[in-house]
Amino acid sequence: MKSRMKKIFLLSLFSISLLLSAGCGSSAEGKNGEVIVYNWGEYLDPETIRLFEDETGIKVIYDEFETNEVMFPKVEAGATEYDVICPSDYMIQKLLENDLLAELDFDNIPNAKANIGKQYWEQSTEFDPENKYSVPYCWGTVGILYNKTMVEEPVDSWSILWDEKYKDNILMQDSVRDAFMVGLKLNGYSMNSTDAGELETAKNALIQQKPLVQAYVVDQVRDKMIGNEAAIGVIYSGEAIYTQRENPDLEYVIPKEGTNVWIDSWVIAKNAPNKENGEKFIDFMCRPDIALMNFEYITYSTPNDAARELIEDDDIRNSSIAFPDLTQYQNLETFRYLGEEADQIYNELWKEIKSE
Amino acid sequence: MIKITAKKIYIFLIFVFLYAPIATLMALSFNASRTRAKWGGFTLKWYVSLFENREIMQALWNTLFIALLSSLTAVIIGTVACIAIQKMGKRKRALMMGITNIPMLNADIVTGISLMLLFISFGIKFGMGTILLAHITFNIPYVILCVMPRMKQINPSTYEAALDLGASPAHAFFKVVFPDLFPGVLSGFLMAFTMSLDDFIITHFTKGAGVDTLSTKIYTEVKKGIKPEMYALSTIIFVTVLLLLLLINKAPKEKIK
Repeated sequence: MKSRMKKIFLLSLFSISLLLSAGCGSSAEGKNGEVIVYNWGEYLDPETIRLFEDETGIKVIYDEFETNEVMFPKVEAGATEYDVICPSDYMIQKLLENDLLAELDFDNIPNAKANIGKQYWEQSTEFDPENKYSVPYCWGTVGILYNKTMVEEPVDSWSILWDEKYKDNILMQDSVRDAFMVGLKLNGYSMNSTDAGELETAKNALIQQKPLVQAYVVDQVRDKMIGNEAAIGVIYSGEAIYTQRENPDLEYVIPKEGTNVWIDSWVIAKNAPNKENGEKFIDFMCRPDIALMNFEYITYSTPNDAARELIEDDDIRNSSIAFPDLTQYQNLETFRYLGEEADQIYNELWKEIKSE
Repeated sequence: MIKITAKKIYIFLIFVFLYAPIATLMALSFNASRTRAKWGGFTLKWYVSLFENREIMQALWNTLFIALLSSLTAVIIGTVACIAIQKMGKRKRALMMGITNIPMLNADIVTGISLMLLFISFGIKFGMGTILLAHITFNIPYVILCVMPRMKQINPSTYEAALDLGASPAHAFFKVVFPDLFPGVLSGFLMAFTMSLDDFIITHFTKGAGVDTLSTKIYTEVKKGIKPEMYALSTIIFVTVLLLLLLINKAPKEKIK
């Protein structure tokens, strides 16, 4: 038996190493150097990376993160020197305040100014006041997704999330800032508020809402709404298009009290070893045909107006979910980094809500 | 009678809790719709696109490569360490065993962050190498844990007899000691292999740009939802393990016949 085991053992070793040698043979240096990209998971069409490599001869080393908060310490610690990163609005501000970003040379990124719509540059000034450090890549709103067969009345306000009728049929976002955004906006405050009184009001509203909430979730809103497991949910607009495609009874609205307009933008790290290649990469991502490929792959709204023109499906090109006319709404804001102290206050209050 | 039925129900419930999640995952891997909320019909397309997906395949190879290389290295270092520990005095041996046991009880996140800081302070470039070093490090205690009990059972006289009969120390070790040690070495290897395959946190802190294992790859998909290809891959891994287990369990029976 022993020798048999030994044989099986050796045989499996041998076969695994054979498999491995077949698998690991594809890491050639690009002839024009490399660029290290750090992006959200599943946040661009892999085909665009191949096209970029073929066209420029620059090898892309592609890495992914799952949240802004995971990305930050890795960039700050400098364990790996990244070139191009794609953080969200408030995190860009935090990176800036920590002096971790490099100013972009827009002469190397002609496609950015040419194709990205003006309103997105304006929205970006909230976290990058002079538009010197970031190039918008994806954007969207946060709104209410509801099921038309379960909700009779017209939905246009955050207050529907406090309606007793929908007890146990409401889904809230399980993240501090997103939840407080709803509570603050409902009461007409800024979602970047640090005023103790306003935060207290928002907290009380959220506590009052808690018995009505079926669950605090992150990405399960999508599946639960498609499966008719809840009537109303707070969701990111990028997911709304996909859920509607799967379940036509779903409808998305931006509440009248205003909401969060979020932007994920390309930035270049201060210690980037290949800054110029990074700028080439950002420029490539801003090309209309490439931006279109990415839009179709991830379905999050593209700020690239030229790419939007290329969308063949009229319904999507003119969709008020993917491309809402921002001038129609009031009190749209973008998250700002509020500093460590305010972060702590938010977390403290959120803990009180969750433990209530 | 009631007692027997109760026992059966109890066993049944245990198996349901153990295997229902896996069964759900396997069923979803054949679901034509991307969402878990809807059954879109039977399909094998996720299996096809799994093998066409370069990133996932690369992550799979990385995972296997790291698991294999790190567990092999750990087996060699661990076994050598066992030989040395065996020859130590009683108090020293207890001390050594204590030291090697601590990393196993230590939380993964502590190990992960400490390794990251260590690598940074030595200026080592993060990548495949750092993951390998980290995995070898946390694998060694498991190997020692598996090999040491076997080591204690071995009669030192056989080795001495081999030396007396003219074998060189190396020859005597491989001919006399190692065959007795082998089951322990094998289980140490398998244990280390699984640990490395499983690990997320330590890999997360020690990996460099562009190097992903399956666990880190799956985790990055959280924002957009985990792709059904991952269900397909998990199903394949589960079935492979099941087949291997059946094979190993069947082998000794044949011998008896």
